[in-house]
Amino acid sequence: MLGKLSWSAIPLDQPIPMIASGVVALAILGVLAYVAIRGWVPYLWREWITSVDHKRIGVMYIVLALVMLIRGFADAIMMRSQQALAFHSAGYLPPEHYNQIFSAHGTVMIFFGAMPFIIGLMNFVVPLQLGDRDVAFPTLNSVSFWLTATGALLVNISLVIGEFARTGWLPYPPLSELKYSPGVGVDYYLWAIQISGIGTLLTGVNFVTTILKLRAPGMSYLRMPMFCWTALAANLLIVAAFPILTATLAMLSLDRYLGFHFFTNEAGGNMMMFMNLIWAWGHPEVYILVLPCFGVFSEVISTFSSKPLFGYRSMVIATLFICLVSFMVWLHHFFTMGAGPDVNAVFGIATSVIAVGTGVKIYNWMFTMFGGRIRFTTPMLWSLGFMVTFVIGGMTGVLLAVPPADFVLHNSMFLVAHFHNVIIGGVLFGVFAGYTFWFPKAFGFTLDEAWGKAAFWFTLIGFYATFIPLYAAGLLGMTRRLQHYDIAGWRPWLTWAAIGTAVTAIGVICQITQLVVSIRRREALRDVTGDPWDGRSLEWATASPPPAFNFAVLPDVEGEEAYWTVKQRAREQQQLRDEPEYKDIEAPRNSPTGFVCAFFATVVGFALIWHIWWLAILGLIGAYATFVVFAWRDTSEYVIPAGEVARIDRMNRGARQEALANAGGPRP
Amino acid sequence: MSALDAGQGRDPHHLGHSRPGRGQGGGAVEEDRGGPAPNRVVVGYGFWLFLLSDIVMFSGFFAAYAVLVGSTAGGPSGRQIFDLNTAAIETVCLLGSSFTCGLATLAVGARMKLKFYGAMATTFLFGALFLGLELHEFAGLIARGYGPQRSAFLSGFFSLVGCHGLHVTAGLLWLLTMMAQVFAKGFRRDVLNRMLCFSLFWHALDIIWVALLTVVYLIGAAP
Repeated sequence: MLGKLSWSAIPLDQPIPMIASGVVALAILGVLAYVAIRGWVPYLWREWITSVDHKRIGVMYIVLALVMLIRGFADAIMMRSQQALAFHSAGYLPPEHYNQIFSAHGTVMIFFGAMPFIIGLMNFVVPLQLGDRDVAFPTLNSVSFWLTATGALLVNISLVIGEFARTGWLPYPPLSELKYSPGVGVDYYLWAIQISGIGTLLTGVNFVTTILKLRAPGMSYLRMPMFCWTALAANLLIVAAFPILTATLAMLSLDRYLGFHFFTNEAGGNMMMFMNLIWAWGHPEVYILVLPCFGVFSEVISTFSSKPLFGYRSMVIATLFICLVSFMVWLHHFFTMGAGPDVNAVFGIATSVIAVGTGVKIYNWMFTMFGGRIRFTTPMLWSLGFMVTFVIGGMTGVLLAVPPADFVLHNSMFLVAHFHNVIIGGVLFGVFAGYTFWFPKAFGFTLDEAWGKAAFWFTLIGFYATFIPLYAAGLLGMTRRLQHYDIAGWRPWLTWAAIGTAVTAIGVICQITQLVVSIRRREALRDVTGDPWDGRSLEWATASPPPAFNFAVLPDVEGEEAYWTVKQRAREQQQLRDEPEYKDIEAPRNSPTGFVCAFFATVVGFALIWHIWWLAILGLIGAYATFVVFAWRDTSEYVIPAGEVARIDRMNRGARQEALANAGGPRP
Repeated sequence: MSALDAGQGRDPHHLGHSRPGRGQGGGAVEEDRGGPAPNRVVVGYGFWLFLLSDIVMFSGFFAAYAVLVGSTAGGPSGRQIFDLNTAAIETVCLLGSSFTCGLATLAVGARMKLKFYGAMATTFLFGALFLGLELHEFAGLIARGYGPQRSAFLSGFFSLVGCHGLHVTAGLLWLLTMMAQVFAKGFRRDVLNRMLCFSLFWHALDIIWVALLTVVYLIGAAP
């Protein structure tokens, strides 16, 4: 009746996971109870859970990402402290638990920390920058978000019920095959990633369509802000790469569930095919993460240098170059497969060539700053920290791209330090820059600068203190994923890395404090005009937070830097453009489809993990019924009357007119 | 910027598209305006992107099949188990269903409900016949001990062909839902959009089948 599920699935005998999950469960129940007691459930249901507004969905993505980043960071603290302690001893984490932790750390950070953060930023910003009212498929967008949340939920359920994979963040066979991983850990991984992967794929389709088909009048391709270009590149990669992940994990599932022989040792299975397939997705995936961050840095550096982006067109070309070449380098993840010198040479050179595209970008950012009036705000600090850190990470990457060197460094802590160097330095700094940069647009007040700067410096120093020692440990021959070790030479480096993690933890605390302090001081930090940074693209042309319809009338774009042109003219003439003619606006109605669909997806995923077949079938029927109900609805839009549009827009125009009168003439 | 101002009449956003000699009529202004595309274009475009991603997924299964085709592990190879006659009948069924699906699209265009139901029902019958033949082939293989667990080659074969079969099954369910929706709601705008997507989906399944027939059955059965 309940498949493999029984009371023994709950690890009552292991104190660490039980206490950890107990605390988390209490926190969740506490929050839910508080929300229910305060009577916020109807509000949350109406305004957030069923919302199809791209801004709300973007915010929910980022909330999910922040929570998951903390979860992943907790795993990181455990790993660093375990390795600092486990010299000539077993440490405090037993091997089977330690293996789950490093697997969960990677999975959570990439799929449920970084990806939702990036997608959240794209959700919030791209339609605003394009001068749109919403994405192409608003309800589908909601489905995407809730499917991602389903994946995150399944991974976290594995803390309490059953176990998580012990195979690393990519479940390499034959270790991940049923013979060597008979538990439900790998199944949790498979179904969590499959379900959230469908959500990500739908996001990709949605955003490519939005960027290519829904732009404000006059917004030609070469007038799109850099963030939109990088979002386009990332979403093209999603559409082209995520189906490969789906297919690969489906094959592994067939091996595990139905005894197929794709990747097994027996009956002709080929485990190296898994490596090839998974990295044909996995390498584009790192560019899916980092390209939008390059877009964030472009926006931030240009805005806070008070200059247009240097070499805009070369930036576009470099972005698309990286987008294309990222599909031609996957084999560098396993040079040691033994493909031979010719194949390895081709992939080694292709890998090094990617650095050219990135180099173009670095120089463009430096020349954007050159001669500009630079404001060292928190987003700008993250961007500067990125430029230094990413160059170091890029150089160790080029080192790893040389096959003979890779044979020595493969699977070592040097590799671990390298990819953390580029992912923390590139993606994490990027999303934090974007978070502080666009926060005022989302909520109508800026984030506290002092705490933001403290968070930046602690994170930066903590990062270097953690990972530079790990480079050294790698060069001393330390392999990755060691639960304990007996080599005295590694110990000081691992101790330094643990101290570095503690410094990073202070950065995390500063980041949380920044949010709390800013919310309490929100009246003092209020962004009245909707343009707190003297911005250059269209998202700053509307109020903060933007109204449901984004723009009272669709903007007319007359050149690059759509908003800057308009703003300069207003400053010259000391008045805003004439008030437009307001019309009724049709907006998509909210829909619980996404939430209900994700509920059934959770049921199906859980049932498949535990082999509860009848429940899986029920869940699938429920999901189908949800879509039919959605397809049967008669009104999909509601009308915002012209009078209401005018009232909202006039408030913002008033604030802007006042600011204009106070600020004086045009900027250089 | 100033150099472009001259053409402002035909090019309100200075896009630089209105080349000399391209006509002075009002049509050019409309064309250069840009702005969001109409709903039907957006829906069709988005669905095409989804289909492309689906084709990428199939290419993963195709690649796996190509890698594993020689790994028979002492079991049968393609030449011993493929029956080209069945494959030919399956192909006729699927291509025929695509034709009747096209007729259904025409009936939608002409807003003729009866013809629509007829064409869709025929499509369903062809699709169901295809699926029945495929299941019969699978059942026969499994009965002879040549199930997907026998060898990596058979794993690849069953997955690739089965994945297409699953798509056809989903398509049949969608087809019935579509008919029910036209019955309940008539030719409403969103129903028309969905019908556009359905026909794209059904034709894409044909494209994949043609590749599948070639790579799996024709090449596999060749001496």
